[in-house]
Amino acid sequence: MSALSRPWIWSWLAAAAAFALTLVLTSGRGGGELAYAALSFGAFAAIVGLGQMLVITLGPGNVDLSIPATMTLAATLALKAMSSDPGTAWLGLITALAVGVGTGLANYALIFLLRLPPIIATLAASLVYQSVAIWSNRGLRIKPPEGLADFATGRFLGLPNVAWVGLVLAIVVWVVLERSVWGRWLLATGQNLRVARLAGVPVELVRATTYVSVAVFASLAGYLLASFSGGAALNMGAEYLLMSIAVVVIGGSSIAGGNSNVPGVWGAALFMFLVVSMLNSYGAGAGVRNVLTGAMIIAIVIAASTRRTRA
Amino acid sequence: MSDHETAPIVTLTDAARHFGPVRALDGVSLSVAPGDCIGLVGHNGAGKSTLVNLVNGGLAPSSGEIRFPGGASALEAGVRSVFQELSLCPNLTVAENLRISHSALKGPGWRTRARAEISESLNTIFPGHGIDPNAEVDTLSIAQRQMVEIAIGFAPRGTQARLVILDEPTSSLDAGIADQLLAHVKRFCGSGGAVIFISHMLGEVFDVASRIVVLKDGKVVAERITADFTRQGLVDAMGHVTTETATTETARAHGPQVVQTEQGLTARKGEVVGLSGLAGHGQAEALAKLYLSRSSSWRSRKVPDVVFVAGDRPRDGVLPLWSILRNISISILQQGAKRGLVNREAETAIAADWKSRIGIRTDDVTNPILSLSGGNQQKVLFARALASPAQVVIMDDPMRGVDVGTKQDVYAMIRAEAAKGRTFLWYSTETEEVCQCDRVFVFRNHEISAELTGADITEERILQASFEMQEAS
Repeated sequence: MSALSRPWIWSWLAAAAAFALTLVLTSGRGGGELAYAALSFGAFAAIVGLGQMLVITLGPGNVDLSIPATMTLAATLALKAMSSDPGTAWLGLITALAVGVGTGLANYALIFLLRLPPIIATLAASLVYQSVAIWSNRGLRIKPPEGLADFATGRFLGLPNVAWVGLVLAIVVWVVLERSVWGRWLLATGQNLRVARLAGVPVELVRATTYVSVAVFASLAGYLLASFSGGAALNMGAEYLLMSIAVVVIGGSSIAGGNSNVPGVWGAALFMFLVVSMLNSYGAGAGVRNVLTGAMIIAIVIAASTRRTRA
Repeated sequence: MSDHETAPIVTLTDAARHFGPVRALDGVSLSVAPGDCIGLVGHNGAGKSTLVNLVNGGLAPSSGEIRFPGGASALEAGVRSVFQELSLCPNLTVAENLRISHSALKGPGWRTRARAEISESLNTIFPGHGIDPNAEVDTLSIAQRQMVEIAIGFAPRGTQARLVILDEPTSSLDAGIADQLLAHVKRFCGSGGAVIFISHMLGEVFDVASRIVVLKDGKVVAERITADFTRQGLVDAMGHVTTETATTETARAHGPQVVQTEQGLTARKGEVVGLSGLAGHGQAEALAKLYLSRSSSWRSRKVPDVVFVAGDRPRDGVLPLWSILRNISISILQQGAKRGLVNREAETAIAADWKSRIGIRTDDVTNPILSLSGGNQQKVLFARALASPAQVVIMDDPMRGVDVGTKQDVYAMIRAEAAKGRTFLWYSTETEEVCQCDRVFVFRNHEISAELTGADITEERILQASFEMQEAS
């Protein structure tokens, strides 16, 4: 199998091309800063993208549209619990993750008990989560504790801390998918739910844990993003709705389910940041930028998917 | 007859087809003329499906030549195929499925014309079929779907069917319906049509074929008129040395009852229980219900209670994106798993063991499962179930498309496993298979109409119980 037949290679090539084209304009200056920024901002997209990838792997129709609301709610409640007091970072993290578990279970309950299509269930539920966030926020702007803010914006061995978190999570997800029993169950369920059930796979357990996982990933991303940017905002998650799906698709995972691609998610997350900064540095206006971004996403998905069918 | 009518419909000259290093078809010459009914036999992976795909124009030959004197392409020459893997669109109605291969049906009122054409074709081939042309295909039983597919194959569709390829057409049909089909094939060939008939049921091949072609490892090893073959001679030509053994099982004592359903289906430890009756009378549903009630969607036990062998492979059995290895191991992942991680050495060892035990035709179990022929995919599903330690094995018509030699091997394997104390529930559309069971439940209209044991298990008694009794005694 040659390198080009691996679907994830395309997102990495695209990211590298966007990076190189930006540096051409600046004659090579600012490369380190650009890479650092891409890793910082890409990390949030990668974390929510990993969660969304797990759900999309469950098969057609499975998607979590409540990611932005979960991020906002987790960040809001975590900051409230910490109320800027030093040494409360862990309390905040536990609060955020508990919110994730809660929204994940609520999403799955709607899907399983009411038999709602996931796209409707998660969209409707996200209105509720957003309302809870508004109600508990009441316009307050709480700053994260200083130590936590320093961690979220800090670096270790030259790389942003948030990128390390995203990297560790990517490795964990990769191991789970490729090596664990649960990962095999997830991939089997995504190919054909009935076959998986008849082969003895506990398919509802797999679906429930997947929907909880995506919400936990989203709440962790929300917690880190609020700490990174100095507080929670009600629209902080908005751009991650499409972003989370885009990085999965650009990364080469199959939208039809049963096939996922961890390295591709990271490549796509970097690309999504780099392409915007490239178009910015070339002075493209907002409209042109959106059109070009969309066109490039389509081109990469076509390149990755035609390669796959030939392989 | 004019020249056009006596000229061959299709001629293959030394046609070969390779898939990478695999020589699926290795130089075959064959000519099919109007009035021919060719029986095509051979083991799983002998190249039958590849040959069919060359003849119907689905694949181009890697070398050699294919000519259709009656038209530029297979389609124009009136070549049709009916596949073993059902290829109807389940969300469309019977009549709408006809439209897919009949592009001349258009304009206002095409549905009415489609309904009329498919009904006529069904009435001709399967009188009294009871299939509504307005029914959506996914509401039909597997046997009814097969009947629709056959009817579409023979329907005029704007021109006229001249050569119809039937790939395992009877494997999901019960005996009565299969007889209707065979009678139609004879009529069709008698009136100047041609048929290529592929079946593992040699009795049927002898019944309808005028000429038999034996394929082995991608080559034609024998081609003679039917009268020149004997049953044993044909089996020998296919290259599997098995004698048809009459299994005379001595009655064995069975253990305690391990299966009991509301319907009255029961099975004891170590017993092989058959389910029979006309196809679509609730046997498959009863087995699926039993399986689902004895396993959970929420918990997975290390030693499952029951395992399932699917007969409808795409719907119930095969995980299409995966390798043979992963398809075998999905039900036994928890054996030997450490801290939730799959024990990949044990997994590889088990797959290699079953590849040789059940004879899966592949050089590497990491090849995709879809690289295997239908019969070999079925062997993978058997391996999946038998590799599991579950004590109750549920089999939903598992021998569809499996060749004679493998069937004998699997029968022996089932007997050996039953002797070790495993229980088998086995639904089959072939009475011959059911007659090997210790006990048989005959289904009629989703209810058990008879329970037969020992010497009572005969084809006659099963047929009797399959149909409504005329008079109450």
